Amino acid sequence: MKLSRLGSFHQSKLSFLRSFIREFKDWDYKRNLFDLDENGYGTAIYSFSKNQRSYSLVCFAQHINSDERSDRVIATKWDAAFVLHDGIPNKEDIKRLKENVPKQEVGRVSCKELALSRANKSVRAFDHVVDSLSLGRQPDKKLLNKVGYLYRTTAVYGSGKFGLADRFRIKDRKEIYGPFRLEMMLVYIVRQFTFDQVNHIAKSKSPDKAIELDLNIARNLGIGNSTGLGMAPFIVNHPTLLHNWIYCREKALKEIRSLEEVDNNELNFFKDCLIKSKVSINSWITDSKYQNNKINSLKEGLIKFDKFLKNECSIKQKYLWNKIYTWAENNLEDECLEYIVSMMMEPYDDIIDPLVNNMSSEEEEYFTIPTHKKVSDLKKIIENNYKSIIKIDFNLKDSNFNFWFISKNKEEPRVASRYEEHGAKLEQPLAIARDIKKLYEKIIKEKQTKTIAEFLLKNDEVRHVVRRAFIVDQFPYSEIQDNTISASLVPIDMLRLKLSFFGAVKFDPRSDKWLRINMYQGAPLSHEMKNSNDTWVYNVVN
Amino acid sequence: MQSLSEIDTTSKRASKAAGYSWGVSEEIGKAIRSLELFGLPGVTNLNLYLKKIKKNHPKKISKIDEENKSQELCPIYCGVAFLDQCIELEKLKNIKFYNVNYPLLILPFISKSSEISGKKILIRFDNTSFLTNFNKSILLKNIDEQICHLTSEIRIEFLENKNSFPEQDWKELYKLSEETFVEETDSLRSKGAGAGLTDND
Repeated sequence: MKLSRLGSFHQSKLSFLRSFIREFKDWDYKRNLFDLDENGYGTAIYSFSKNQRSYSLVCFAQHINSDERSDRVIATKWDAAFVLHDGIPNKEDIKRLKENVPKQEVGRVSCKELALSRANKSVRAFDHVVDSLSLGRQPDKKLLNKVGYLYRTTAVYGSGKFGLADRFRIKDRKEIYGPFRLEMMLVYIVRQFTFDQVNHIAKSKSPDKAIELDLNIARNLGIGNSTGLGMAPFIVNHPTLLHNWIYCREKALKEIRSLEEVDNNELNFFKDCLIKSKVSINSWITDSKYQNNKINSLKEGLIKFDKFLKNECSIKQKYLWNKIYTWAENNLEDECLEYIVSMMMEPYDDIIDPLVNNMSSEEEEYFTIPTHKKVSDLKKIIENNYKSIIKIDFNLKDSNFNFWFISKNKEEPRVASRYEEHGAKLEQPLAIARDIKKLYEKIIKEKQTKTIAEFLLKNDEVRHVVRRAFIVDQFPYSEIQDNTISASLVPIDMLRLKLSFFGAVKFDPRSDKWLRINMYQGAPLSHEMKNSNDTWVYNVVN
Repeated sequence: MQSLSEIDTTSKRASKAAGYSWGVSEEIGKAIRSLELFGLPGVTNLNLYLKKIKKNHPKKISKIDEENKSQELCPIYCGVAFLDQCIELEKLKNIKFYNVNYPLLILPFISKSSEISGKKILIRFDNTSFLTNFNKSILLKNIDEQICHLTSEIRIEFLENKNSFPEQDWKELYKLSEETFVEETDSLRSKGAGAGLTDND
């Protein structure tokens, strides 16, 4: 798929936020410790438990000066830092975590920890809420709707980073079969912490007057997130995982389009989600011209779609979903088409639920190159799977414009022009299209009966893309069918692809390289999880 | 303690910085991870070997025969070539490599080859023997005396999770891995990065 299409994906029933709540709704939620001072600084612990298993979020809140508050990865202090601990932490664990977790990348955690994160306050929203509650009144909903959250996370780490547990230690636990489930748990509990913290500070400020944040207002708040380029290489570096995500989406769509009959309940459910979701679209605010064009295209598309739905669709028609999809494909732009696809999944738990557990990947299984195969096999694979890529002329400046690198300062991925900046010699292996083309040019000159083992003996500089080509042969959606170093690259499309699978909404690009999003807006509060339904994402109110 | 994921990533980057291609460096990352998982000193051996070859990158092996001689052979190029050709090499039955630097580094590639070929592979150097079992386990030493009729004592000990390598080795390997990173100028910092400059909103 082209990046522009992937960058138009929206949250859906397959999204990881939603599958987390479905999986953990019958777990016991508890606030184990809440030791904050009158300013809201201190330690809090929350847990989810079921049978013999517990997961605990340990939160450390501290004072920082406004000149220290930065969402950039170069920051060294945050309003709050969090770690998800495997089990219930003892006193020694808490002491160890207190010394390390607030330091984030320069601290060390252990294999007893599963995910690490930090967050900054949205100062305007947070202060307003605390002030209002301490004066005995609810905060201004308009202001809160504009922001959408009290805190923004600026990174969520998992899988072996900074000493965290390697995935292999925990991957067989059934409750975390879906991708990023523990990271989603961390963010969900952080959201609850933000509500508890504002209530606590307001009460400390004005014990007699203060009131608690209205539950309807709280439910309408999510957790923000600032996401930069760190996320972009992920989808290039995890091809089988990317395949599984998109394959499940495509499989769901295919099964829904193949339904011969659609009943009234299903169609009404779809219509209901569509109507409610428009509230969220109308409160999607951004200064980005790029995103505003996409939002406008979505709004215009939905007006056209409403007319089509009203005038031309009825449950009496066979294969109604196929008719709807075909019409959308021919009449709508990517932004609205992908929106309709997400909505079409809503009535079908029976189709979606079995797919969710297939969205992880055992990547190691596909690492070994089948070196007994012939060069002719590889040539065929490239010609079949990289049709548009091998037509790109990389001698053109615009095709070869950018390079990806890791910054020495924070060890984070970056992208820059190879013609304007230094460092291209240390380019990361993320220019897949260019390197596939290079590989193709080599193999068309080789003896076709040679084995890949023989070819690699003299061509190890293309080994990384030989591996990829054989992966693509098994996993057709594993590759972005675009040039990730071209002058026209829009890196935030790569971010949005991943974030849409997380279940993020309100994409708010702040440049072509980073954006803010909202997660869990409208989600049930912790005490409401057990009785929640899966369409909470459409509960957002203006 | 370093996670296996960190060991994989740092070994990969350090190997790239020492002159291997990205594709071979990816193999090295997985190989060192596998050695450490088997409790063998992968990080220390890799660190010492990369230091040795930093200024004089080893020659690649062009073909594997029954006997492979050179002034000095690279365990990584030999290992990767062995892995790639393991099905064909099985026909040779016995293969010898002479003058191999840091021979432990060839072991994970042979172990992986055992999995691919479906054959146990025995590897010996100096006084050490390793029996690789389809990449599931590695049996060390004294394999000729594997049947013990009676033992007076069996001791079993649960060990604390800790690195099998000294901190200094990790620091050195990590420092080398940093040579794949780009020092940021002001221009790169403002143009290449994500996230904002002020976030007090």
